[in-house]
Parts: sequence; structure tokens; C-alpha cells
Amino acid sequence: MNVHAHFVAQLHGARPIADPAASDALVDVEDMTVTFRSRERVVHAVNGVSFSLRRGEVLGILGESGSGKSVTLRALMRLLPDHAQVGGKVVVAGHDVARLDESRLEDVRGRAISMIFQEPMTALDPVFTIGEQIAETVRRHEGCDRRTAEARALDLLDMVQIPSARRRLKAYPHEMSGGMRQRAMIALALSCRPSVLLADEPTTALDVTVQIQVLLLLRKLQKELGMAVIFVTHDVGAAIEVSDRLAVMYAGRFVETGTAIDMIETPRHPYTNGLLDSMLSGDKRGQRLETIPGAPPSLGQAPAGCSFAPRCRFAATSCTLALPEPTAFSPTHTARCFRMDTKAERFAMLADA
Amino acid sequence: MLVYALVRILYTIPILLGVSLIAFGLIHLVPGNPLDLLLPPEAPKELVDQIKAKYGFDQPLYIQYFTWLGRVAVGDLGNSVFTGEPVREQLISALSNTLVLAIPAAVLGFALGIFLGAVAGFNRDTWIDKLASAIAITGVSMPHYWGAIVSVILFSVILNWLPATGMGPSGGLPQSWEDVTHMILPVATLSLIPMGVISRLVRATVLEINGQEFTAALRGKGLRRKRIIYHVLKNAAPPAMALMGLQFGYLLGGSILVETVYNWPGSGQLMNLAIFRRDIPVLQATVVVLSFFFVLINLSVDVLQAAIDPRIRR
Repeated sequence: MNVHAHFVAQLHGARPIADPAASDALVDVEDMTVTFRSRERVVHAVNGVSFSLRRGEVLGILGESGSGKSVTLRALMRLLPDHAQVGGKVVVAGHDVARLDESRLEDVRGRAISMIFQEPMTALDPVFTIGEQIAETVRRHEGCDRRTAEARALDLLDMVQIPSARRRLKAYPHEMSGGMRQRAMIALALSCRPSVLLADEPTTALDVTVQIQVLLLLRKLQKELGMAVIFVTHDVGAAIEVSDRLAVMYAGRFVETGTAIDMIETPRHPYTNGLLDSMLSGDKRGQRLETIPGAPPSLGQAPAGCSFAPRCRFAATSCTLALPEPTAFSPTHTARCFRMDTKAERFAMLADA
Repeated sequence: MLVYALVRILYTIPILLGVSLIAFGLIHLVPGNPLDLLLPPEAPKELVDQIKAKYGFDQPLYIQYFTWLGRVAVGDLGNSVFTGEPVREQLISALSNTLVLAIPAAVLGFALGIFLGAVAGFNRDTWIDKLASAIAITGVSMPHYWGAIVSVILFSVILNWLPATGMGPSGGLPQSWEDVTHMILPVATLSLIPMGVISRLVRATVLEINGQEFTAALRGKGLRRKRIIYHVLKNAAPPAMALMGLQFGYLLGGSILVETVYNWPGSGQLMNLAIFRRDIPVLQATVVVLSFFFVLINLSVDVLQAAIDPRIRR
């Protein structure tokens, strides 16, 4: 615990934080698009996503598999295959990520922005020890000697509450449990004190009990280190648990954004509503679980209308003709849907029934 | 790690016993025996029996096996039936002649193979990849004897740059430039296959590892390209080493074709001759000694692999 407090103190001391009044946005994304072009086909994975994130804020991105949430996350550090094209404005921690040359980008990755991957077993190099993998990152960005880097690795393992950390430094990924590995991955991601942390389904591969521990740890570290975090998940409960703001993603767009409370109490988009209904919870015992019929559309071409229309209970002809623009309901809450009027009534009816 | 190495070493004992048994058994399954070649058909029965007794051929097979095994264990490989000379000296001379070619051929083939494979893998689908792959496939698919003859015609007969056949004047380890010129063509010919197969494997392994999530994670940490290549190559090393162990083993056996074309008195020629002469002591000893080296090489590969990839130790 003391080591941990020490690390936090060191963090605040070592890097003077930019004047918060000057520019609040650590992440500033406007109309970001990601297109994969290969000889056979074109995939429009992200179709105009905009958001900004301040220091210390947590944005949760919710969506099904294939909705473009992981691609959005990776685009923020341009960690995409060569045939991917990123468009729009992507500024993260003061760096224009979309336009940086490769060498400058390498300096930013792992230092100002870092990422926690979904599967710690496959995202850690199997033939290097945990300590080596953390220390090499520290040495890469801070140019310190091996001993200093190893000492930092030890502090980091203590910080993520790995028991007998000194011994674990010499362990290989396969010698640790799933939860331990994900803690080690978190330590690795935090090793150079990033100001923006991207978490790509960090708990999906873990046992339920371990999931909660890891979520609580992430939340705690985020508060202590004051990072901006983008947390991608398909687990509605986890997203609500850790996020200040939520964005629901569908077919490469944010269909609804708002605070967790906005989303739970007054979901505006039928898709958000469907996601919430498909969640398991105690008060729905004995009822049939709601599902969203159908599957997400293929992203071969950008659709003319609302992407969700084919699966939507409330879809009208207008939905398939034009793309609904974001409508604001409150300073924090927006949704892209034409059928908000009828929906509010229908949701009220459904709630009464 | 130490325990793993010890267990691997113990494993080699039954393997070697099995190999010796198979080598012994196979040779005796083959029809024909050295006495038929050595003695005239009208030789008196007493003489035949006498010679049979001298070499122990009159004993039951299992007695012959254990007697032979006991002698081999103390380093006595017997005498050639054909020349009467000790097998040991023949074998040492042939093996060292083969090693003079096999070691540089392995170094050359492995180095080129790893280089071509890695370059192709890291530059997938570019012209570099296509060029490297073309070289590798040519190396694998060109028949040895054909390549050997063509290079003799080209470099010795037409260009007159290199000697056509035979060992250099020193007749053993190269001691002069002239000795080295005699080695160039056979070494180059022998290195083609290891070069080709290793570059194909390294390319495939590099591609597979590059597709894994952890290489994305390495980029995500901001590591430089050089460092990422180091990570990928360390992951690719164990399978490449396994293949190199096998290839070096094949090289030790000598290539009958290459040694024949270049008239190089190595282990391939020795075995070839022993087979045609039904020279059982020479054949048995050669097979067993070569297997011994083969097993030894693969043992070292196993231990080295485990040193690099800890997952193998379990």
C-alpha cells in the first residue's frame, strides 16, 4: 500500500500536469472514420465518431461484437493493419495521431496513450518474463538503465496488487492465472504513466469474480492517477460500473451518448433499450429475457438510413431513407433516432405492462 | 531446467538401444552376406565355416547382437569383412571428411535460410517476399546431383574458376586456399536444401507470430521496429531450431549423390560402398554412430528450445 502511495506521489511529482484550464480535452475526436480496403472488399468499420474526454474522465463504449468499438479504440493510437485508413480529426494527449509519422507515433504509444488488451494470455509475449516486458517499455520511453526499470516494474506489480511481486517479475505469462495476467497487463499499460488509457474489454476473458476485482482496481487506479480512460465492453453492467459517460455504438456510429444515469433512466434509442433489456438482473427473475432480434449489418457499404432500422421494432419508412442526426435531450444526453416521440410513449407503455 | 535436461538425456538411452537393434536387425534381414562376395563359389565348406566362425556369423542372431553391442560400448567397432581393416579408422576418416563439408554447409544454409525467411516474412506480399521465396523454392526443388553437375560444368569446365572434383592436396582439414577452393562447390550444393526448407519455415512462422495479438501489443507499447523483430525472432526460434537439428543430422549422413559427383570420400560414400559389398561390420557401425550423433544433436536442440521457450519445459 505504501509503495503504491509512493508511486502515485512520484507520478504527480514527475510530470507536471498541464494547466487544466488551458485545454480540458485530453482526447478530441471529430468525425473519425476507419475504412479497411483490401483487394476483395471495403469495410466501413467506423463512420463518423465524435467525442471528447477530459482528464480523469471515463468513457464507456458499449456495443455488440462487430459494432466497431475495438477499431475505434485502436484508431486512437493508430494500432490498425496497414490497409486501414483513418479519417477525421483524432487528437489524443495533444498529439495529432492521424497525421503523426511512424517514429513520433512510436514515442507516443505506450507513453502518453496506452492500451489494455482483451486477452492477456495472447497479448503478452510468451517467451519473455513479465518483468522483462514491463522493464523494456520503461527503458524504451524513459531511457533509464536496466536496474531502475526493474525497480519500477516491481513498484508497478505492487500497485496492481499482485502478491509476492518480486517473484512474479521472473514469471512467464503462462505461469500466472488469468486475473494475475490481466493485472500484469494493467501494470504494463501504466508503466510510463500514460495520460490516456484505452481498455479493450479488459475483463471479458476473466472469471466473473475476478472481473469485479479487476474492474474495481482499474477504477481505483484511474482515480488515483487521474487518467482519462476509454473503456470498451459489451458488458452493460461493467460499463455502468466504471464509466462517467457512456456511448452506445452500433454499425460504426455512436447512436446514443450520455451519463450512466441518462442511459439507465431514460434510454432514447431503441438499441440502447434493447441492450438494457437483454441484461440479466435480479428484478427480472421469472420473466423471459428480452433479446434484440437479428444481427448487426455487414459494413460493406455505408448505409443510407439508420443502420438499426432493419432490427428496430419502431422503424418507419423514413428511418431507411436518411441518416438520423444526433438530437440533444440535455447537455449530456444525445441520441440518433427519428422515432423518439413514439418511442417515449411506447417505452412508457411497456414499462407499465 | 536442469531437471528437464537430465530427463532428456536419460530418454536418449532407450532411443539409442532401439536404433542399434533396428540397425542390426535390418541389415540381417537383407538377403546376401559378405562371404558370398568374398569367397569363390567353389570354396570348401571348411573354409566357409572357419571364416564364419571368425566373424561370429555362425552364432544365433541375438548372441551376435549382444556381442557386437558389448564391443561397440567400449569403442571397438570391429574390422571390415572386405579389407580386414579396423572400422573405427575408416569411419573417423569418412566422418571428418563429411564434417569438413557439413559444418560450413550448415552455417551457410542456416544463415541464408533464416535471413531470407525473416526478410520475406516481414515484407509479406512485396517483391522482396516474392524474390526470397523464389530463391528458397529453387533451392528445395532443384535435385542435388543436377545442381552439382551443372555447377561443375559452369564453374569448372566453362569458367575454369574452381576445381571440378576431389579433396584438396591436404586431404583432410583444409590447410591452404587450394583446399578451400575444392570445398566451395560441394558446400554450396549441400547448403541449398537447408537454406530452402529453413527459409520457408521461418517465413511461415514469422507470419504466424506477426498475426498474433502480442505483436500488436508490442507496437502498442511503442517499441521500435528492431526490438519488435527481436521479439518475433525469439518466438520463431524453437521451431526453426528443431528443423535445423534435423537438417544438420542429414548433412552428417553425407549425401551419396553429392559425394559421388565431387568424388569426396565422406560417410555417404563409405555407407554406399559398404551396402554394395555387404560389409556388415562397416554398415552397422556407420549407422549406429550416425544415429548417435543424430540423437545427440536433437538432444541439444531440445534443451536449447526449452531454454528459449519456457512453455516447452513442462
